[in-house]
Amino acid sequence: MSTLNNPKANKAGFAISIENLGKRYTIGRQRSANDGMRHVLETAVRAPFARLRSGWQKKIDSVDFWALKGVSINIKHGEVVGIIGRNGAGKSTLLKILSRITVPTEGKISIDGRIASLLEVGTGFHPELTGRENVFLNGAILGMSRAEILAKFDEIVAFSEIEEFLDTPVKRYSSGMYVRLAFSVAAHLNPEILICDEVLAVGDVSFQKKCLAKIKSFAESGKTVLFVSHNMDTIRNLCDRIVWINAGHVQEDGPSEEVIESYFNELSKELKVSRSNPTYGLAIENVLLKNDRGEECNQFQPGEDLVVEVSYNAQARIERAMLALGVLGINGACFISSMLLDGHCPEFLEGKGKISCTFKSIPLLPQSYSVKLSIRAANASDMIIPYQEVAYFNVVGDLADYGYKGEYETYAARSTSVVVPYEWQLPDGSTVPVSLSRVPQPVGSPDFTFKG
Amino acid sequence: MSELVIESGRIERQYWRDLWRYRELFFFFTWRDLLVRYKQTVVGVSWSLIRPLLMMTVLTVVFGKLGKMPAAGVPYPLLVFCGMLPWQFFATAISECGNSLVMNSNMISKVYFPRLVITVSSVMTTLVDFVVSALFLAVLMIYFHFPPHATLLVLPIYVLLMLGASLGVGLWIAALMVEYRDFRFIVPFVVQFGLYVSPVGFQTSIVPARFRLLYSLNPMVGIIDGFRWCILGAATPVYWPGVAISVTEVVLFVASGIWYFRKTERTFADVI
Repeated sequence: MSTLNNPKANKAGFAISIENLGKRYTIGRQRSANDGMRHVLETAVRAPFARLRSGWQKKIDSVDFWALKGVSINIKHGEVVGIIGRNGAGKSTLLKILSRITVPTEGKISIDGRIASLLEVGTGFHPELTGRENVFLNGAILGMSRAEILAKFDEIVAFSEIEEFLDTPVKRYSSGMYVRLAFSVAAHLNPEILICDEVLAVGDVSFQKKCLAKIKSFAESGKTVLFVSHNMDTIRNLCDRIVWINAGHVQEDGPSEEVIESYFNELSKELKVSRSNPTYGLAIENVLLKNDRGEECNQFQPGEDLVVEVSYNAQARIERAMLALGVLGINGACFISSMLLDGHCPEFLEGKGKISCTFKSIPLLPQSYSVKLSIRAANASDMIIPYQEVAYFNVVGDLADYGYKGEYETYAARSTSVVVPYEWQLPDGSTVPVSLSRVPQPVGSPDFTFKG
Repeated sequence: MSELVIESGRIERQYWRDLWRYRELFFFFTWRDLLVRYKQTVVGVSWSLIRPLLMMTVLTVVFGKLGKMPAAGVPYPLLVFCGMLPWQFFATAISECGNSLVMNSNMISKVYFPRLVITVSSVMTTLVDFVVSALFLAVLMIYFHFPPHATLLVLPIYVLLMLGASLGVGLWIAALMVEYRDFRFIVPFVVQFGLYVSPVGFQTSIVPARFRLLYSLNPMVGIIDGFRWCILGAATPVYWPGVAISVTEVVLFVASGIWYFRKTERTFADVI
């Protein structure tokens, strides 16, 4: 790669400086395969007449849509910044502009340093080519020179752990192998600024961790990283600062914890819109999370009770509707409560009402979680409300309060979400109980200290 | 160099520098296309030979034997093959160019590099076929005991013209195809039609003199004539006004092709 870098060039000393960025898309105009040139020809033919009719006014069938508007962000050298926001908020557009895939409609971006962007792993991989051939091709597309790829080839292959399949066409690879190889190439780019989009959403859990560790080591080596993800936990773990993009503008920009909290609050608020099934005449009006004191709450401590309160409105009488709730963490489902499983369901739902479920002393590690809900009809096969996310919450707390004294806590805490109470029986005959499932009492509570 | 600046309205000034920076990518795309092309085929690279050979046979039979077109003392297969050499290149190149961006749309929407690389690479890939065909022509000439003339030295100029015509038209089609997939239907038609309109199976001399200038508006006419003149010598005289028209058109096509490509390139990722 050539040198796009000169640390002193940027007066303000920012790695990335975005000023008043805007990107406009024109929507409402058909751009499908059947309606290509005909449209243009037609418009050209009609144009003189149309102008006669409407003067020089703008066509009304096209609507401007600002995917980004007035976005200004400054990122210092060595900063690790996360970008969050809902689907369609403009995150991808921002990354595409930063990666020079598309151009902004207005505004200016200055980038100081050699930049690499990974909007996808394995871009340009050709299924017919072998792993070896694809390493070269992909490397070149990402901007590496042949000499550079040759020099790093062994390293790339070693990281991917697929040496034996190097000369097999990648179309015969399992998706895991494919992703491994693809990420290995990307991981050996050596930019000063890295832009990453949900690259970790692929591959199995162990590989995701490997990727994350790579990005983390990259960040720790003082490089600038811009990271987009929907996984709050990953992003919290990686980034010191978060920019929350909402409807094309910067909603909040600040320390990770603060931004994530307001983002969650906003998400929970928006989720209060009703979900309904007109066929059954059932609407879920609200899903509230409460603590054991009955207070509405989105932050829980490990060991607290989690109350999920579902308010419904049944216009028609629904016999024996079966409710299922699931609590999901970074690695998927943690636990569920399901009437399909336990068989306890309401005789009928009619009019407005509430169903609550209390998850007792949730043994969850401090991470981010979501709650999913589904309602099935009495025959168990018909979905009244399909399984979907209805609420979000964070578990917060200091593990030390629970008697944890591990030094590698941040490492280990990502491997799971649920910790049921357990006891170690050590060689010296001592028994050490560990439990997350009770809220720690103020100092001196014997339950949560290690017993010798 | 200084920092990278991305700004609206301004095409990145770094473009041509980037093109140089990504120069190896030309090679990689060409290499990929060649590697991929004959994967899972039985006869493989031989297809580069079989296709022109069959085509030459058909055209020789149709125009030479059935149509009894004049051959000016040159073996008819040679006459045909000299015409096919630039025409096949042009036809394949514009088809490949047309599909180049759309086929690689995944890359275009996910990673940055000068898009010109893709389209130019598809012309380069076609050049490999051209070389194979040219070697085959040499074999044919030996077979027919037809020694080359001194005019062969001028051939590189016509090869350049052929490259220019293909690239110029190819760039237009590639860029237009991104937004208007209509060209998916137009291009094969042009290619098929062009084979009969251009002097591939016959010589330009059979066109009546008063239509000669009009006929030469097809840029490939001047180029094909030139190829014949270079390879077969004086038996196939050159119509100079036609060559002049070809040269002008090629320059126009290349310049406007690059201009249009660059103009639309910025929005490829948005419309593709």
